[in-house]
Amino acid sequence: MSANGLSDVERIKAASRRLRGTLAKSLVDPVTGALAEDDTQLSKFHGIYQQDDRDVRSERKRQRLEPAYSFMIRARVPGGVLTPVQWLNMDRIANTYANGTVRLTTRQAIQLHGVIKWRLKETIAAINEGLMDTLAACGDVNRNVMAPPLPQLSALHREVHQHAEALSARLTPATRAYHEIWLDGKKLDSGAAEKEPIYGDTYLPRKFKSTFAIPPQNDVDVYSQDLGFIAISEAGRLAGFNVTVGGGMGMSHGEPDTYPRLADVLGFCAPGDVLEVAEAVVTTQRDFGDRGNRKHARLKYTIEDRGIAWFRDQVTARSGVVLQAPRPFRFVGNGDVYGWQQDDSGLWHYTLFVENGRVADAGGVDLLAGLRAIAGTHTGEFRLTPNQNLIISNVSDDARAPIDALLAEHGIGNTIRASALRLHSMACVGMPTCGLAMAESERYLPALVDRLERLVKANGLEAVPITIRMTGCPNGCARPYIAEIGLVGKGPGRYNLYLGAGFAGERLNSLHLENADEDDIVGALSPLLQDYASSRGDAERFGDFLVRTGVVREVRAGREFHAAARD
Amino acid sequence: MSTLAADSIALPLDAQQLGELQRAVAGLAPAQLTWVSGYVAGLAAADGGRTAPAAPPGETLTVLYGSQTGNGQTIAERLAERARDQGYATNLVSLADYKPANLKRETLLTLVVSTHGEGDPPDDAELFHEFVLSDRAPKLAKLRYAVLALGDSSYSNFCQTGRDFDTRLAELGGERVQPLVECDLDYEDAAAAWAENVLAELPELLKPAESPLPRLRAVKNVATFDKSNPFPAEVLANQKITAADSSKDVRHIELSLEGSGLRYEPGDSLAVIVHNPPQLVSEFLNELGLDAEEAVTVGSESLPLRQALDEKLEITAANQGFLRAWAGFSGANELSKLVEPGNNAALARFLETHQIIDVVRKYSARISAETFVGSLRKLSPRSYSIASSPAANPDEVHLTVAAVRYEALGRPHWGAASTHLADRVAEGDSVRVFVEPNPRFRLPSDDTPIIMIGPGTGVAPFRAFIEERVERGATGRNWLFFGDRTFRNDFLYQLEWLRHRKNGHLDRLDVAFSRDRGSKVYVQHRLRENARDIYGWLDEGAVIYVCGDAKHMAGDVHDALIEIIAAQAGRNRDDAERRLKELRRAGRYQRDVY
Repeated sequence: MSANGLSDVERIKAASRRLRGTLAKSLVDPVTGALAEDDTQLSKFHGIYQQDDRDVRSERKRQRLEPAYSFMIRARVPGGVLTPVQWLNMDRIANTYANGTVRLTTRQAIQLHGVIKWRLKETIAAINEGLMDTLAACGDVNRNVMAPPLPQLSALHREVHQHAEALSARLTPATRAYHEIWLDGKKLDSGAAEKEPIYGDTYLPRKFKSTFAIPPQNDVDVYSQDLGFIAISEAGRLAGFNVTVGGGMGMSHGEPDTYPRLADVLGFCAPGDVLEVAEAVVTTQRDFGDRGNRKHARLKYTIEDRGIAWFRDQVTARSGVVLQAPRPFRFVGNGDVYGWQQDDSGLWHYTLFVENGRVADAGGVDLLAGLRAIAGTHTGEFRLTPNQNLIISNVSDDARAPIDALLAEHGIGNTIRASALRLHSMACVGMPTCGLAMAESERYLPALVDRLERLVKANGLEAVPITIRMTGCPNGCARPYIAEIGLVGKGPGRYNLYLGAGFAGERLNSLHLENADEDDIVGALSPLLQDYASSRGDAERFGDFLVRTGVVREVRAGREFHAAARD
Repeated sequence: MSTLAADSIALPLDAQQLGELQRAVAGLAPAQLTWVSGYVAGLAAADGGRTAPAAPPGETLTVLYGSQTGNGQTIAERLAERARDQGYATNLVSLADYKPANLKRETLLTLVVSTHGEGDPPDDAELFHEFVLSDRAPKLAKLRYAVLALGDSSYSNFCQTGRDFDTRLAELGGERVQPLVECDLDYEDAAAAWAENVLAELPELLKPAESPLPRLRAVKNVATFDKSNPFPAEVLANQKITAADSSKDVRHIELSLEGSGLRYEPGDSLAVIVHNPPQLVSEFLNELGLDAEEAVTVGSESLPLRQALDEKLEITAANQGFLRAWAGFSGANELSKLVEPGNNAALARFLETHQIIDVVRKYSARISAETFVGSLRKLSPRSYSIASSPAANPDEVHLTVAAVRYEALGRPHWGAASTHLADRVAEGDSVRVFVEPNPRFRLPSDDTPIIMIGPGTGVAPFRAFIEERVERGATGRNWLFFGDRTFRNDFLYQLEWLRHRKNGHLDRLDVAFSRDRGSKVYVQHRLRENARDIYGWLDEGAVIYVCGDAKHMAGDVHDALIEIIAAQAGRNRDDAERRLKELRRAGRYQRDVY
């Protein structure tokens, strides 16, 4: 923290001239593959994270070489919808500039990994040429706006998706820095700074996540987000939204003042009020969020500290919208439904299982090549799901068979026949590129699931969905605190095991085992799965069962998350 | 004492100096005078004679030397010292300091000169060489001379500079008093014999200046450990500094000099006594069907063949002498043709692509162990530019060594020294070393800006330079040009350069990586891109240093510098070339290329 009580990132933002900093100079410094230190904070606002290959970090230090720096680029895909042409463009960019894989994220965005500094500018330019961008995909701003890919209800999906796009546009930073630095846009006179009407000089205190949800699926995990709009459909048409605020996953190990928190439902608003309400929520957080301590800067702490009533007053005063009482709704799960489904207009949608969101050609499954082939003929859409899967959307009757053939040809057809546990698994990227990872995640979860599958099968549970999510650190990118089995990295090969979240993402889980290695994890789950198989209630979910039988205590609020574990 | 003022000989002292000298020795007893004469002679010897005013041509032996490594200087110094001891007026001068115009006044001259790269004179000898071979060279009817040529017979134009001088001085009318002697890397014995022969002739060629007097020598700081007695230095670190994906294996080697009393300065080299790759020794034994334990003679020593191949004989780089011998053993016409005069280009190509083992395998011959050994050169110590500042690393010396290993002609090849250091010594082992001073590669005054051009392992001495300047708190600006194959895998000492830059000790750092992009970029391209600034630095008195590959890089950089000077100063190429030569003479363009 600096002398004036502000965190260092606040100083960097304030001095950045609307996110310019010295990025342009950093990009052409030929003796380091890194950006200048302050610029590594600013690049995030442009959708770019500086990372390094942690597998060789210590070796390179001995070799007197700097870390093997490369960059992760996150492209925004509002609502997760993209055209086959856009997909082909990302595929080409991944193979030309990045590591030859495309990573689907838990926020329906697309990540490319392993882009070196000298090729960043070309890569960003190529993404923009494909009519996508990366601005505000990371950083202390509103990030990629999520919306359910929900295939069955075509009209409702379209309408909600339009709201998501509008919200995304409204909350996009106004700075021209992005165009200047990456797209050779005309430079503003030095010293001049464009207006940033919503964000102001220093943007938000911390990242800000927003989503739309359409019950009964909670695939977007609306409760994990700063701002959510739950679509309320009455008599077949969109009546409005229940507004949720103050969700967030991130915490730090050993710091009980930090905790995951599920969002509160603030009230109901009409469709026409969405943008005003959203802007009021954002500016309240802008003005009252904690800018001194970044671990206490998310909206969830602002609301915890000042109370939900105070917050509602702020929103009302700022937006002029008086929220009504929330309308009833029900969520049944937060996973995806796989395979072919037909929507109410008669078009078909195929939800593909993409293990941990990694689209690559590996292990006999040529996912990247297969999707390239499909995109070459497909005339509909691709939709990215919040569970890191992909939907081939809007397929006519006669186009199904050719797509099935292409899926089979590339070894993709059978992936959705994996166990229900695997189909409900999710991991963040973790090692070796993520700088925050304390333990393996994406590279390890499939192997752990292999082992757990044997347990599940032994207990006859292979068709029973159980959500299992792993992250390499406690920041929670894969939303592990709302998984029935949550695993959060503590150190190499060691995880905290959290159990008992709600299957629809409506309840946090609770710490069951600390610093567990693989044998500890399997050893702990083995008797629990056995009990679950033998004595679960009708359609009772694994998380609910563990709470009912007292294996873990029910966590009713984020601030009780750590206390529940201590009991 | 008044005879001192006699003007029959040209006196190197002015009137005031003569008066002071006369006052200083006035009233001394004969024994005291004897001591003083020795003391003064010792002072002159300790100085290497370089700063003493040149004795005028006349009844004087002039000992000239020009070499890149300092070996030539050592030979010349010994010869001059012994001539002086025998009472002859002797003038020892580096070719860098010798005025060509004096040549016509010389009556007796010895010249020790090395050959560099593919037949080039060493930097110090370049101007003198050009003058002597030019039409401007005077007739030398009075001159008697002897030339000792140093070289490396694995290059095709072996000892070319010495040959040039030897031939040309005769053409100009000089009389050869000793035939040209050509020395290979194992020069010691041949050089000593040459010096003995020269000394033996002196009584007939020169009048003694004075009857020899016993004298005391001024104490010189002589290292106990030297070439004849190398110091066993413990290996403190042997760290690969290219990344796993690199096509190269470059090692940072740290050695302990603790207890050795060895001293060095940034710019010096370290010579390493090496062993040959054991796989290669075995390969020779198999290939030739020879008994490893059979006794052979190397010099005056008798020892088992395996040991001789392991540590006494050069068995990697081939040379002309070996090819000639092997042509005889094998009766291979191809080989005989190669070593005939006029086939230099083909010979150079062959030597570049064939090691001794390749010749032995390609042209079979059945010979005795003794004959084989007789065809080989002695294994010489290998020199590496030192990569550390002694001030920053007390009692340590660091080297940057590229391990030479490659596949060719269907078998693995190794560089003897580099793989000895990279593969065959571990931390805790010891390596025998001695210091080779390189007085022609030195940092300037602390406030002088420097431009360092050191691609590949040529960057080694510049690591020492920067470390030294940091230790000294030097204020002069530092600019480094580095290049290699790839940024990610081959940026030698990257973290150190970044730290120096961050701390303000490296003002500019420009890099060129040849395999990162479609078109190959080398340091000379970066030099041209920065032409204006380089010229600006030169204008402010900067010294330029170049270290590394002699074959391509040094020439390319040289051309780039000429272009830069020509373009920036608006001069033609000849003028620019002259300007660069002036810079070299003034010590502002120093090279350590190999």
